[in-house]
Amino acid sequence: MEQYDVAVIGGGVVGCAIARELTQYRLKVALLEKEADVCRGTSGKNSAVVHTGFNVKTGSLKARLNVAGARMFEGLCAELDVPFKRVGKLVTALTEAEVPELHKLKATGDANGVPSLEIVDGATVKKMEPNVGGVAALSVPTAAITSPFHLTIALAEVAVANGADVLLQAEVTAISGKEGSFRITTRRGAIGSKLVINSAGLYSDHVARLAGVRRYKVYPCRGEYFIIDSAKGGLIKHMVYPVPPKGGPGLGVHLTPTIDGNILIGPSAEYVRRKDDVATTRAVARKLLKEAQEILPAISPRDVIAAYAGIRAKTTPSSVGGFGEFIIEEVPECPGMLHLVGIESPGLTAAPAIALDVAQWVGRHLSLVPNGHFTSKRNGAVTFRDLPPEKQAELVAQDPDYGHIVCRCETVTRKELKAAIENPLGARSLNSIKYRARATMGRCQGGFCGPRVVDMLVNEYHVPLTEISLKGPSSSLFAGEVKDLTCTPQR
Amino acid sequence: MHTTEVDVAVIGGGPAGLAAVTSAKNAGAERVLLIERDERLGGILNQCIHDGFGTKVLGESITGPEYAQIYIDKLQEAKADFCLNTMVLDLTPEKVLTVCSAEGMRRIKAGAVVLAMGCRERTRGALGIPGPRPAGVYTAGVVQNYMNLRNIMVGRQVVILGSGDIGLIMARRLTLEGAKVECVAEILPYPSGLARNVVQCLEDFGIPLYLSTTVTRIHGTGRVKGVTLAQVGPKWGVKSGSQRFVECDTLMLSVGLIPENELSKKAGVALSPVTGGAIVDDWFQTSVPGIFSCGNVLHVHDVVDYVTLEAEAAGRSAARYAAAGSLPSSPIKVKPGQGVRYVLPYQISGEDAVEFSLRALAPEKDRHVVFRSNGQVIRKMRELMVAPAQMIRVKLRADRFPKEGEITVEVTE
Repeated sequence: MEQYDVAVIGGGVVGCAIARELTQYRLKVALLEKEADVCRGTSGKNSAVVHTGFNVKTGSLKARLNVAGARMFEGLCAELDVPFKRVGKLVTALTEAEVPELHKLKATGDANGVPSLEIVDGATVKKMEPNVGGVAALSVPTAAITSPFHLTIALAEVAVANGADVLLQAEVTAISGKEGSFRITTRRGAIGSKLVINSAGLYSDHVARLAGVRRYKVYPCRGEYFIIDSAKGGLIKHMVYPVPPKGGPGLGVHLTPTIDGNILIGPSAEYVRRKDDVATTRAVARKLLKEAQEILPAISPRDVIAAYAGIRAKTTPSSVGGFGEFIIEEVPECPGMLHLVGIESPGLTAAPAIALDVAQWVGRHLSLVPNGHFTSKRNGAVTFRDLPPEKQAELVAQDPDYGHIVCRCETVTRKELKAAIENPLGARSLNSIKYRARATMGRCQGGFCGPRVVDMLVNEYHVPLTEISLKGPSSSLFAGEVKDLTCTPQR
Repeated sequence: MHTTEVDVAVIGGGPAGLAAVTSAKNAGAERVLLIERDERLGGILNQCIHDGFGTKVLGESITGPEYAQIYIDKLQEAKADFCLNTMVLDLTPEKVLTVCSAEGMRRIKAGAVVLAMGCRERTRGALGIPGPRPAGVYTAGVVQNYMNLRNIMVGRQVVILGSGDIGLIMARRLTLEGAKVECVAEILPYPSGLARNVVQCLEDFGIPLYLSTTVTRIHGTGRVKGVTLAQVGPKWGVKSGSQRFVECDTLMLSVGLIPENELSKKAGVALSPVTGGAIVDDWFQTSVPGIFSCGNVLHVHDVVDYVTLEAEAAGRSAARYAAAGSLPSSPIKVKPGQGVRYVLPYQISGEDAVEFSLRALAPEKDRHVVFRSNGQVIRKMRELMVAPAQMIRVKLRADRFPKEGEITVEVTE
């Protein structure tokens, strides 16, 4: 049985940030993820926003980690070569009656130390966002967007590069033993570990229970989104938020530009029974469009290219609503295990700061000795599409694989696809490739490039046809060959 | 970056591009170039291994690859140049193309450009079918690609949403290869595909076609486990109590095609909200002088033969524009009237005879197609049956046209 110093359960952005943070020290670290790739849960299905912290309760742990995380974010993204854009945010009041709410938000933001907040009038809103209505807005110039996929993947890759083991498809089924000698049974076998960190997100209550800790309950609260064609991406420059609904479990339906030039509409907020119920629904779809059109009338249903849903890991049940506090604690029932529960929004923003806190906790149990060779510098994927033509021409001259465009909608080259397929985590599903290289993400949703990516997997990477999947085992794409003939694909 | 010059550049090597570049060359354009992003010419025809192609222009019914080969042979006879594995990344209103291939990136300055990029399929995302996002949701063209070009079976138990022609063809193909096609659901009260395909692909194989029916939910998180079918009322509202679960491992969508005009937009070409294609005159010239459009990128066709005819005309116009630097203006507007969804071209010069393409709004029996101008009927013809699935083509001689003003086209009693 492989022995580790620290086992991190959960490959979301928080778990991956923790794993990376700990690999600076002389520690043997394992990251256990139940899915076929990292970033498959809440971390990958949200608004991709780096929040400033103007709407969290002053003095709370959440406020501290949010503001600290936001300060670290840009530097971390630069180091990891992950997209980060400070596009700014407008919280718009659609009626005069909502204006006092803006002043309340500003006061909270000022108290939390959020810089440069300003209330602007309707004319200024019009100037900043000509397509958006509103009588006034809270301008939040330091708010930013990122790519949660790229960030989470980058954090995991840096952890691996610095010696961590990332085990995919390794759902934890049992935890026994005690501090210094935990035994963690997974679907890929058992490992031993001195300390355990439960960053299992939606399933953190379940993982705690496996270790005999019964005090947590996570309430899944679904948020549905629409993705708008990048052709309409120019309609807004900033994130545009409504005044948050009072006592609601979410921030209200907002419009968020994405790193890839699309606009996200959403999320809704609806408590659901199952933690894996990421279905989108007709009723919410209608409501989302209607609310989005109130803010941005130029949006039409024809511009929608896809929908998705994510689940918030809330500690407040629907009868209470609102937002709970982040829980990050070691409890007497199980010393040597740290639980991170209820890391809902702004969990993505707070992740780097949470990782620092967790490292301090590890330091109280094991000595933190820098290993001397840690490097967080990483060269991310080249995005051919975003380069000027001269630079593109240069790349093609260097490597013909850059000249071979496989995905037409997102202009993804063969070179970029090869890099995505050969990722250090060994994730090979179509979604893993999509989140790394954008192929199948565009307006044709893989109609053109899908078969070409499959060709590469079969012919160049020798993946058996029946093992090609959308997101891992049990989501296979094909039934086999036509007529089940014995002919093998050309190699 | 290296820049070369051509007289006529044609973007897209499917049936439209093949016919356009060959006719441009035959009409006297010296330097022509067909640019294709795939590794072979022929476009979607290559995966259409069923027959039914060529009945209008060749007088016989042949398969897609055979049809493509005939026009590839014509291209080679005409000695028209082409390049493969080459993507056009940009097109300017000045007709400068930026193209990319493994050999390098370069610019091409063209005297005239023919847009022949074809269309793409509408996807689940565009329809907004509720439910989780499992594997096993495919568009019909993608299933056709996997089966016919790659020998891959996508599933064994299939529900088809939409009765477009490719969906019908694939219902038959999947059945012949041992899959169980449970049914075809069509939200409209009539089929979207051609009548011959409904008979030959569904009725002959006992596959039920449910009209005024749609998929209201997809089930399954890993792979599709089934769908919920429901009947819809007049405004596509779901009839309560009509929902039922149908088990399947695949949902195949055949719910419409969208002209692929992203490059056209870059060049500033004006598009019609009805067809999704360019607004053209009888030269097939778009709102940008010297840029022409034909085939499915202009409007989605029912049969490939008409694509060929249209593209040959567009190629001739492009050659003429490249030589002369301009074409006669087109002052006569053409407008869809009662019962007509759209009519092409949108304006005409009146210089020569024009072949109009139009589609009816709804299926009806015993109708008349009526062309009116300045209050007078200039052409009236009887149609025993009209259907939105079937394009109506009408040729009018030049002497029928007014000098100016507009022509209205109606489908009436």
